[in-house]
Amino acid sequence: MIIGSLLLLGLFKYPLWNIMLGAPQYPDPLGMNIYIDGIKGVQEFDLQNIDGLNHYIGMKTIPKPEEMWEFSVFPKVILGMVILGVVLGILGFFKKVSYHYFLGWLILMTVLGIMGMYDFNNWLMDYGNNLDPNAIIKVTNPDGSPMSYKPPLIGHKKLLNFDVNSLPHVGGYLMFAGMFLTLVAYWVGRKESLKKTTQ
Amino acid sequence: MKNILKTTAALVTVLITFTSCNNSGKSNGKSGALASNVAEKVYVAPGEYDEYYAFISGGYSGNLTVYGLPSGRMFKEIPVFSQFPTSGYGYSEETKPMLNTSHGFIPWGDSHHPDISQTNGEIDGRWIFINENNTPRIAKIDLTTFETTEILEIPNSAGNHSSSFVTENTEYVVAGTRFSVPVPQRDMPIKEYKGNFKGALSFISVEPEHGQMDLSFQILMPGFNYDLSHPGRGKSHGWFFFTTYNTEEANTLLEVNASQNDKDFIAAVNWKKAEEYIKQGKFTTMPANYAHNVYDENTHTATSTMKKEVRVLNPAELPGLVYFLPTPKSPHGCDVDPSGEYIVGNGKLSANLTVHSFTKMLDAIENKKFDGEAYGIPILKFEDVLAGSVEQPGLGPLHTEFDDKGNAYTTFFISSEVVKWKLGTWEVLDRKPTYYSVGHLTIPGGNSRKPSGKYMFAMNKITKDRYLPTGPELEHSAQLYDISGDKMELLLDFPTHGEPHYAAAIHADKIKSKSKKIYALADNKHKYVAKTDADTKVVRNGNEVHIYMTTIRSHFSPDNIEGIRVGDKVYFHVTNMEQDFDVPHGFAILGQNNSELLIMPGQTKSSVWEPKQVGVWPFYCTDFCSALHQEMQGYVRVSPANSDTPLKWSLGEDID
Repeated sequence: MIIGSLLLLGLFKYPLWNIMLGAPQYPDPLGMNIYIDGIKGVQEFDLQNIDGLNHYIGMKTIPKPEEMWEFSVFPKVILGMVILGVVLGILGFFKKVSYHYFLGWLILMTVLGIMGMYDFNNWLMDYGNNLDPNAIIKVTNPDGSPMSYKPPLIGHKKLLNFDVNSLPHVGGYLMFAGMFLTLVAYWVGRKESLKKTTQ
Repeated sequence: MKNILKTTAALVTVLITFTSCNNSGKSNGKSGALASNVAEKVYVAPGEYDEYYAFISGGYSGNLTVYGLPSGRMFKEIPVFSQFPTSGYGYSEETKPMLNTSHGFIPWGDSHHPDISQTNGEIDGRWIFINENNTPRIAKIDLTTFETTEILEIPNSAGNHSSSFVTENTEYVVAGTRFSVPVPQRDMPIKEYKGNFKGALSFISVEPEHGQMDLSFQILMPGFNYDLSHPGRGKSHGWFFFTTYNTEEANTLLEVNASQNDKDFIAAVNWKKAEEYIKQGKFTTMPANYAHNVYDENTHTATSTMKKEVRVLNPAELPGLVYFLPTPKSPHGCDVDPSGEYIVGNGKLSANLTVHSFTKMLDAIENKKFDGEAYGIPILKFEDVLAGSVEQPGLGPLHTEFDDKGNAYTTFFISSEVVKWKLGTWEVLDRKPTYYSVGHLTIPGGNSRKPSGKYMFAMNKITKDRYLPTGPELEHSAQLYDISGDKMELLLDFPTHGEPHYAAAIHADKIKSKSKKIYALADNKHKYVAKTDADTKVVRNGNEVHIYMTTIRSHFSPDNIEGIRVGDKVYFHVTNMEQDFDVPHGFAILGQNNSELLIMPGQTKSSVWEPKQVGVWPFYCTDFCSALHQEMQGYVRVSPANSDTPLKWSLGEDID
């Protein structure tokens, strides 16, 4: 339980998510790493170059950390969950709290995670659809509606000449591993208490 | 029915056997199948890279071209000694100082012998040096940017030909004079050449970290012609060897008068000794006047400084500094093998190829086995320094390079061939024709302790029928050979640009990962940089107007400018704000009297425009930078000389 929740600390060092944009002119794809406290380019000038290209289709520039409340709140939430998890783990180790609290932590984390994903997806929707009406290039769908440039939440999508791939990054995988470990902790705790009741 | 089937089957079997027999016969022969094997050896599939970079001198183009081996594809022409309108080199305000000399601005040069910097006797791929023959200069090209970053003029020199070869830790780049001249230059009768003219051998020190060149000292030699040179290496490190011709000191009809002596010399210069003499103060400081031009990567601007003196050593007064090794018949190339033991003198009118031994030379010096002297410089006895001769290898030997297996390869201009022979036994192992009249040849790492014995290419002086005809004037031809086996194998024929006099080649791994993609805009310290659109402005100072302009896909800022007057000197200072690989922007304005500018990401370049006619004149981006490249344009309104149109500029809105 302690290890599991400590793994969340990885999010402070490694990106949660990664979006790569490759095109014929970009054999080395441009990329952005999404951290809990901001977005950074994979290479030094990637964000600037993505913004440069996006101005043709009228997309807003990629937000700076101070432009989105999420980037100040997320680190606090994650830190809170780490502390809570560690405290629960220690108390659990000394049998002060029941293993049910572990499951409780996991459910809370999952709910927060889903809320985060939902929020992230909303931002992608806004970013991909809320375009400058004076954009240089306006592409419409066959039905006449403006084309969406929303990158996929997860997986691959073709956007004009770009192949966009969106996948969790190291921080994300550490978080999933941590959450899995808390599930294990819950199982171990449950098994031991079942053993006790049968004895 | 069964029979018919059987017969058919039998017939098919026979046919298959017959054809396959035929095939195997072919692949052992010299036709189809073999030709396709050769093609595979030079085929670099689309998107894949060549194994080697080859830097081939452009001769009278004044430049240096970059090729890939084994494909023979040309990647780039690097402007060095000549104005280059493609990029604006030598036309832009920043690069004009690169071509400054004591004779004023020189727009052209004759580039000759590129040589790559070395560490511990191996080529390291940091810089490449190249000499200008006509108005003596040495240039340094940075191999992270592939741009010329320094040019040093050589005083007291004329026909800077036995240059620009580097010592094994790039302590020096050496430049020797081909034509001897009065030193210092003065008004005197030409017929008084003999005994009065001098030949300067220049040792240019290279600062180890940044490569800054400085003319450390010159050795004032007798008035011979110093043709080519190479450094000692390994055991002979500390020495430098120069071939000479015209030891007759003729000043007219040299083709006859300079071909009379049975033997000319190879001059062996002990530069470690020269350093000692310099330290002891045994030099004279001569007044001089020569340009030192340095390009700064952060200001993107070159500056030219005139230097006023040079330290000179007189070999007649300084024992142990120079010795002469008699070498038959006007030797051209002066080549030192990878071990540093053998010094090959390619006597171009000699029937045999002469090879001297460094060990024997030291021994002869120690035992003072001298055969007289020339202008106070001891001459060693030919027999005492001779290691061996390659007997009757061909006609007109010019230049020798070495592989990693103890073999040497010599070009023969007159018999138009490359001959492979063995060091030590001096036997001829193979010969292959070249097309036609080969001058020089190159093996990657050829001037180093560690040559790579995979490829050799020959650069020819005569092309004739090798390619589709293009009128009387032709590019030269080069041939690439596989030298990994016992026999050389001709792989490829490819055209070269200008007249290559020599080339240097290096494994791509030593360079490609260090090649820069952009210049960091944050590091741009150009005097007239505009790093954001907010920095753009137009400033008038008398009749000088400075326009601080930016470019980014796909617009100029500003793109409407008014208030320019006929007679103004308008400086466009254009900064490319892109920080993306391979997104240059160009700049050209109607009636520009110099050249366009091609500006790399993060770079600033300036062009002067002196409008002569009233009107509204367009400017545009010359490089197809983006989908909206055709829209990347603007206007300058030019009013009469005495008008009072206010100086105004805009982007995205009208000038009110």
